[in-house]
Amino acid sequence: MTGPAEPTSAVHLRVVDVRKAFGGTQALDGVSLEIRAGSVHALVGENGAGKSTLAKIIAGVFPPDEGNLVLREAPVSFRSPREALDHGIAIVAQELALVPQLTVAQNVFLGVEPRGSGFLRERELVERYKRLASESHFELPATTPAGRLPLAKQQQVEILRALARDAEMIVLDEPSAALSGRDVEQLHEIVRSLARAGRTVVLVSHFLGEVLELADTITILRDGRLVRTGPSTAESEATLISGMLGRSFSRTFPPKQVPAPESPVALDVLDLHGPGVHGVSLQVRAGEIVGLAGLVGAGRSELARAIYGASATSAGSVTVEGTAVAGGPAVSVRHRMALVPESRKDEGLVARRPVRENVSLATLPVLQRLGFIRRGVENVRVRAALGKVAARADPAVPVITLSGGNQQKVVFARAVLAAPRVLIADEPTRGVDVGAKRSIYELITQLARDGVGVLLISSEVEEILGLAHRVLVMRGGRVVAELDGEAITEANILAAAFATAATDGAAA
Amino acid sequence: MTQPTLAGDPASVPDPSVEAAPAGSPVQLLLGWVGRGGILIPLVVTFVALAFMSPSFLRFTNLLNILDQQSAILTVAAAGTLVLICGGLDLSVGATYALAGTMATQLTQTQGPVVGITVGLLLGLAVGLANGIIVTRFRINSLIATLAMSYVVTGIAVILTKGNLVVTFDHPEFKQFAATRIFGFTSASLIMIASVVVLAILLGRTAFGRYVYATGGNAEAARLAGVRTNGIRVAAFAISGVAASLGGIIDASRVLSMQASSGGFLAFTVLAGIVVGGTSILGGEGAVWRTVAGCLFIAMIGNGFNLLGLDPFYQQITLGLILLAAVGIDAWSRRHER
Repeated sequence: MTGPAEPTSAVHLRVVDVRKAFGGTQALDGVSLEIRAGSVHALVGENGAGKSTLAKIIAGVFPPDEGNLVLREAPVSFRSPREALDHGIAIVAQELALVPQLTVAQNVFLGVEPRGSGFLRERELVERYKRLASESHFELPATTPAGRLPLAKQQQVEILRALARDAEMIVLDEPSAALSGRDVEQLHEIVRSLARAGRTVVLVSHFLGEVLELADTITILRDGRLVRTGPSTAESEATLISGMLGRSFSRTFPPKQVPAPESPVALDVLDLHGPGVHGVSLQVRAGEIVGLAGLVGAGRSELARAIYGASATSAGSVTVEGTAVAGGPAVSVRHRMALVPESRKDEGLVARRPVRENVSLATLPVLQRLGFIRRGVENVRVRAALGKVAARADPAVPVITLSGGNQQKVVFARAVLAAPRVLIADEPTRGVDVGAKRSIYELITQLARDGVGVLLISSEVEEILGLAHRVLVMRGGRVVAELDGEAITEANILAAAFATAATDGAAA
Repeated sequence: MTQPTLAGDPASVPDPSVEAAPAGSPVQLLLGWVGRGGILIPLVVTFVALAFMSPSFLRFTNLLNILDQQSAILTVAAAGTLVLICGGLDLSVGATYALAGTMATQLTQTQGPVVGITVGLLLGLAVGLANGIIVTRFRINSLIATLAMSYVVTGIAVILTKGNLVVTFDHPEFKQFAATRIFGFTSASLIMIASVVVLAILLGRTAFGRYVYATGGNAEAARLAGVRTNGIRVAAFAISGVAASLGGIIDASRVLSMQASSGGFLAFTVLAGIVVGGTSILGGEGAVWRTVAGCLFIAMIGNGFNLLGLDPFYQQITLGLILLAAVGIDAWSRRHER
C-alpha cells in the first residue's frame, strides 16, 4: 500500500457535474468527485466509460461542455494542458508526446530550459536533469535521444517532465498498458514515491490488480456516469468488475481444447534470423494456441513481424501448411496468414476510413471482379465478420469513432474475414476493456477450435496462462524455454523471462 | 458497452442502438458536412452570385469556355488527387505538361499527330514511373523528388526544343484533337470529362482505389494487410504523369504552340484546386469530384473577376485566402474528430 492519505487531507481538486459529448456520444454525463491532496486516486471503467475523458478534462486537454473544476477551493477552467500545468496539473497521456530527436534532458526541460542571455545553457540543463533524476530515482541517460529509448523509459521521461515543472497533481492515463513485467513494477514504485513525496496521482488503468495495489481511492465510471467513489480497501477485483459492468463478472477463460498430437503443423519456423530475432525455431499445429511470453524488448513482436514478413529476415524459413512463405505481408496474406499487430493505431487501422473498408482491406482480391469491388458481397461478408467478432460497429462510420475495444475487434474482423490458417495476435487485448477482452478470448479460442494455428503474444501472464496450450518464453531474441501442460505456470514463465535479465534482458 | 456477446455466435449482429450514428446538433452536422463535401456550398453560391451580377456569365458560351479552358487543369488535378490521397505530392506535372506538349507539337510536324500524341503520352508515363520509383525505392520525400524531377524534365524539354517556342501550322488534324466541337463541347472538354469520370470510378469503385486510400491513410497498416503500397504509389504517380502529358497535349492542340517553360505554375494551380476541393494534403482522404468542384470554384472566381472588371490583384489575394480557409477547415475537422 501507498503512503498515508489520511481521509482528513484537504481536497486537491473537486470535479463538479462535468459533462462532455463527442459528436453524438455523451462521454461524460454529469460526473462529480473529490480528489484528495497526496492521494493516489484511480479511475476505472470499461473503454468508453469516460475515464480517459475525465482525466483529460482534469489536465486541460479539452474543456468540459458543462460543469467545472475547483482546485483547492478556487474554481478554475483550463483551456489547454499548458494552463493546467500552470496550476500544477500534468498529464502523462497514452500517446506519449516526446520529441524523439531531442535528448532525454532536453525533453524533460522542454519549454523551461535554463537560459542565459537568450542562449540555452546545455551544461546547466544536464546538471539540473541529473539532480532531478537522482532525487526521483530514475536511471535514464541524459544525452540519449528520447526516441531511441524503449517505451517504458519514454514514459518515465514524461513523468520526469511533469516533475520538472513541479506538478502537484500527475494524471497517468493507462501508464502500464504498454509495459511488461519489471517495467510495470518500476512504474508502481514511481507512483508510490510520488505519493510519498506528497503529490497527488490520478491513475487511469485497466489493470484492476494494479489499481487495488496502488490506489487509496477508487472511482468507478460506467457509460459516462459515476458509479461510486470509495476507499480501495473496500473494493476487490470482483466488486470493481461488477461495478464497472453493472453486474457480476468473473475473469474466466474459455475451456482449453488442446489439439490432438497428430494434428498437422500449420506454422513451421526454422532458425529465423532478423532484426531483434536471433535464430528462432518453432511450430504451431492446427488448432493449437501457442503463447509467446517474455519481457518487453525480448523480441516477441520482432519475431511476429519477422514470421509475417513485415520485417526483413536474414536467414531461416517460414512454412505455412507445408508451403514456404517469403516475400512480405502481401505473400503472407495470400498464404492465409493473418496478423493482429501490436499497435492497432499505427499498424492496424486506417483510422479515418469506414469500418467496412478496414475489415475488407486484406480480402479485396476475392471481393472484386475485374478490379471493381462487389459492394453487395462485401457488405454481407463484412457484416458477418463483424458479427463473428461481436463488434458493435456500423460499417459506414470511420473506425476512429469507435471505442478501443471495438477498434480491436475491427482488426480481428479483418483477420477472420481472410479465413486464415495461421493467426499471429500481438497483444490482442491491449487497451481494451474487460468485456471486449472476454469476447476476444472467446474468439481466439473459437478460431483455434476451427483449426487455425494461433501464435499469441501477450504481456499479461494471466492471458498466456488462460489461453495457451503451450508456451514459449523469449529472451534476447531467442526462445529460452518451452512449457507444456502442467509446466505452464506464472512462476515458470517469469523465471524463464527474467533469468539473467539484469544483464541481457532489457538491453536486448 | 453492456454485455459482451459470445464470439462465434452468428446471431450476435451489431446492436443498432449503439451504432455510432452521425448524430449531433444541427450545427455539428453542418460543420461535418462542410468539412466533407462542403466545397459545393461556395461553388453554388459563387455560381448564383455571378449569374446575378454579370449577365454574360450564364451565357452558354461562357460556361463552355470555362470548361474548355479548364480541361488541362482538371485532367491533371483529377489524377493528382490520387497522388495526394495515397500520401504523395507531384510537383513535376507542370514540367511534364510542357515536355509532352512541346514534343507532341514538334513530332506532329515531322511524324504526324498520331505519333506526336502517342510519344507525348509515353513521355508522361515515363516521368510518372520514374517519380514513383524514386519515391518508393529510394524513399525520397515526394515533394523533393518531384521538384527535382521537374527541373530535369524542364531541362530536357529545353534541350529538345532548343529553347524555342514550338509551333505547328500545317497539320490541322493536330488542332482537331482538342478543338473539335461536339454538341457545343470542345473535344478537349470531352477528353477531360472522360478522364475525370474514369479516375473517379477508379478511385471510388475499384480495389485499386481502396488501396490508394489505405496507403495514404496508414501505409504500415495497409502494408500489413497485404497491400503492395509501393506498387500503389508508383501507379498513382504514373497516372499523374500520363494525365500531365495529356493536359499538355490538350493545351498544345488548343493553342497550337508550346514551349518548355509553359508549365510554370501548373503544379500549384492544380494543387490549389485539389486542396480547395477538400482533399487532404495529409493523404488518406479526398475524392475526384471534390477536386473538380475545387478547380471549377477557382476558375469561376477568376472568370467572375474578369467579367466584373475587378482588379486581378485582388483575385490573387482572394485565391490565397480561399486556399488557407480550405486547409484550415481540413485541420479543424481532423482536430474535432475525437
